Amino acid sequence: MSLLDILLLIPAAGALIALVLPADNPGLIRKFTLFVSILAFLLSLGLIGPVGANAARYTFETDTVWIEYPAIRYHVGVDGLSLWLIILSTFLTPICVLVSWKHIEDRVKEFHVFLLFLLFGVIGVFVALDLFLFFVFWEVSLVPMYFLIGIWGHDRRIYAAVKFFLYTMAGSALMLAAMIWIYNRAGTFDLRLLLDMLRTGQLSFSAAEGFWLFLAFFIAFAIKVPLFPLHTWLPDAHGEAPTAGSVMLASVLLKLGTYGLVRVALPLFPEAARGNAPWIIALAIAGIIYGALVAMVQPNMKRLVAYSSVSHLGFVVLGIFTFTQVGLDGAVYQMLNHGISTGALFILVGLLYERRHSLEIADYGGVGTVAPWLSTAFVITSLASVGLPLLNNFVGEFLVLQGAAQAKFLYAALAGTGVILSAVYMLWLVQRAFYGPTPEPVRHHVTDMNPREWALVLPLIVMMVWMGVGPQSFLPAISAQNRQVLELVSGKPALQKSAQEVAHVR
Amino acid sequence: MSVSFVPSAQELLRFSPEILLALVATALMVAESLMKDGSSRLRLAVTAFLSLLAAAVLSVVAAADPGPAFSNLLAVDGFSTFFRILVCAAGMLVVLISSSYLREHGHESGEYYALVLFSVAGQCLMAASNELIMLFIGLECSSIASYVLAGYLRDDKRNNEAALKYFLLGSFASAFFLYGVAWLWGASGTTSLSELRRLLLDPSSGVQGTMTAAATALLLVGLAFKVSAAPFQMWAPDVYQGAPAPVAAFLSVGPKAAAFAMFLRILMTTFLPIRERWEPVLWAVALATMVIGNFAALHQSNIKRLLAYSSIAHAGYILVALTAMSDTGAAAAMFYLAAYTFMNIGAFAVVTWVAGREERHVELMDLAGLARRSPAMAAVLSIFLLSLTGVPLTAGFFGKFYIFKAALDSDLVWLAVLGLLNSAVAAYYYLRIIVMMYMHEPSSSAEPLPAPAAGIRLALAASVAGTFVLGVAPSLVLDYAAASAPMLR
Repeated sequence: MSLLDILLLIPAAGALIALVLPADNPGLIRKFTLFVSILAFLLSLGLIGPVGANAARYTFETDTVWIEYPAIRYHVGVDGLSLWLIILSTFLTPICVLVSWKHIEDRVKEFHVFLLFLLFGVIGVFVALDLFLFFVFWEVSLVPMYFLIGIWGHDRRIYAAVKFFLYTMAGSALMLAAMIWIYNRAGTFDLRLLLDMLRTGQLSFSAAEGFWLFLAFFIAFAIKVPLFPLHTWLPDAHGEAPTAGSVMLASVLLKLGTYGLVRVALPLFPEAARGNAPWIIALAIAGIIYGALVAMVQPNMKRLVAYSSVSHLGFVVLGIFTFTQVGLDGAVYQMLNHGISTGALFILVGLLYERRHSLEIADYGGVGTVAPWLSTAFVITSLASVGLPLLNNFVGEFLVLQGAAQAKFLYAALAGTGVILSAVYMLWLVQRAFYGPTPEPVRHHVTDMNPREWALVLPLIVMMVWMGVGPQSFLPAISAQNRQVLELVSGKPALQKSAQEVAHVR
Repeated sequence: MSVSFVPSAQELLRFSPEILLALVATALMVAESLMKDGSSRLRLAVTAFLSLLAAAVLSVVAAADPGPAFSNLLAVDGFSTFFRILVCAAGMLVVLISSSYLREHGHESGEYYALVLFSVAGQCLMAASNELIMLFIGLECSSIASYVLAGYLRDDKRNNEAALKYFLLGSFASAFFLYGVAWLWGASGTTSLSELRRLLLDPSSGVQGTMTAAATALLLVGLAFKVSAAPFQMWAPDVYQGAPAPVAAFLSVGPKAAAFAMFLRILMTTFLPIRERWEPVLWAVALATMVIGNFAALHQSNIKRLLAYSSIAHAGYILVALTAMSDTGAAAAMFYLAAYTFMNIGAFAVVTWVAGREERHVELMDLAGLARRSPAMAAVLSIFLLSLTGVPLTAGFFGKFYIFKAALDSDLVWLAVLGLLNSAVAAYYYLRIIVMMYMHEPSSSAEPLPAPAAGIRLALAASVAGTFVLGVAPSLVLDYAAASAPMLR
């Protein structure tokens, strides 16, 4: 049993144990969940060393039979692409437990069981190397999120939860059909085996076949990302979810879509990916600009942040489909950045909501005078989100734009407007909520951060600065894996790959 | 061939599950007449349960030595054994959930259990018959007992309506089936499935004509009715809604599984040689059944009616497996029926418990806030509903997976994709129930719910276990199904 198996087991076992803890002792359940999630986080840090040493290959692999026929394997492993996404998930889960410490009063046990179960699902997606296993975890991560939104959300939570579930379910149905089709052609679900068969020519898809299969996967992933125009579930889900739900949704669940693109859709269908890149890039750029414009006019803070996610995730998709090393590196880095900065934004909005019980921007004003530290944290996070140099988003957006410019300058020019627009909506939000005269309810209710709240905001701010100043701590592992993906997509001969492997051995 | 009129011990063993069930059922009726009014009928329920268990065990014992019986009227093979065990298991679960329900309604009596046993005996016969008249006898034995069960609470108007509808429409369907058998006999001079297959394969026999095609159509009508496939699905919602909840659970599983066994055996063996004649019909029927079931279920407010439409949709999925016309398709259908037995009876068991006396609480609204009133039951029902939706790690997921895989194997891409999208539609109405339980507050007038009776708890535990075991280790059942599917011919 490798470290990775244990990492996968811990949240699942934690959820089962939490299930039998007494429901009338919420304190115990909170502490237990915090303990389990911190344990998972610490364990996940143990992945960095071994994976970083050889990021282009899978480390901590386990490959055993789950079901004999059809051949479904429990095949997990971690490489430079999944490493940081796993750590992002385990990093944010304890923060989500802390942010819900006072916020969630009702059905505390169920809440934490679902949270741990969600962690189990998302880690599973990131480590699965068997398409079928990938699908199973993909669906498994859907259920707890549905409950988190539907039970603990705001007023329109039921509509939002059902919409979220049905959108994803429709996408998954197509993905499942495509997966079975691949299995019928290749006789395996194993991702690496499939890639080997594609490389050696044992397996090849006709142009039409490749197109439809790619499209099935792409739609499933694009719904999750969400790519314009499939994004309409997101503002509802975000707007209505409780803080922890919004954080996990924005920071981790959306990444399942972009991760799927890089891990599955691109390597398996390189020709189709290249052939369809122009319209996908067009949609990504449309999403960047549209998301930003709609964010600008949102009266509700959470929906504003949600639409900013549509815009930010547009950058990620754009970066992926430039098929350049910098673009792809930037895209993956931007997945992490978005996880940190948007997660932090949702947490800070959640803190405001706990105090003032409103998400309407119009209900706020002059928060800076009554809660200076909270405002400082919010301003730093906003600047990170806007893409200020020395903070994390700058690095990702810069790399993506560079990649876009390499592909076609027009892409970079258009997407660049998104950066400007993001400054408009974020800074305008800061101005309206944190400066100006302080209305009486705000003066009365809004207090500054307490130690628990510091404990959950500070790590995020540290990460924003670290990822902005020292991207070299993270990028090499990402680049190594991306190089392989690009080789597959650009169809360069395997010779170059082996040369690089030689370099690695050296 | 000399025919001995004294059956051999081997033949008796191959027929033993049906014999046992019929004998115990008769004994139960006699015992009922000897019992005082008002005395406990628990012993009768236990007897019925144990005899079903024994019948399942006998099926396994008989399967150790597979082969025909009674001049090829019966065929005891892996396939029939699979279905015999399945219908016995369904019968056992139904007996478990019925006992407390009947006691509550003051109608617990030996006849009920006797009828369940007769019906299961008929279903076992349907699974094992290798001859059209025997199939018809099994079908009638199962159906007539079911008609009576549907109207079991004879003072209840809804029960009476359900029974009458079921009886009238069911008799028509049986008549169609029998008419088809008669035509086939007229065209070919035989009612044996193996003999018919031989004749159909032989181009010089001259039985491939219009007559046979028409007879096939008649048989299909009868079978489609019994599995509630479109366009003969109308009866199901009315009957399920009107019948007592445990009986609805029974009707949605036992007779349906047995009818699918017949369906599979008839189509996959006898009529395989003329498949191009009826294949397009089956595609259309499968698609229509899925679509009608799922879309009609979307706006039902009565839980029993909703589950009835959902069971129509599930019949559609199983028909997709049939259209694949392959051993993998047959195995997928068998696996699905096993999965469906657990999750559907489980869901009905919770409904039986919520419904309460005189079934006053069968509206969707009555489930509002169930997660608060009884967290365990809400969780259990959610598991069944997620399984019916087809979420991984539950039986329903692998059921769907195998079915749509079989369809893709047979190059029915369009049917598989439409089926999968249909199951996304289905997610909506299953979610509605979960939303009701978890995301609405209980109505202020909601009465406190009694603790579920031991029988219901036992049935739920078994169903949850079955749902998860099939969802995590599907090979246990699938391997057996796959091994027994090819024995059909």
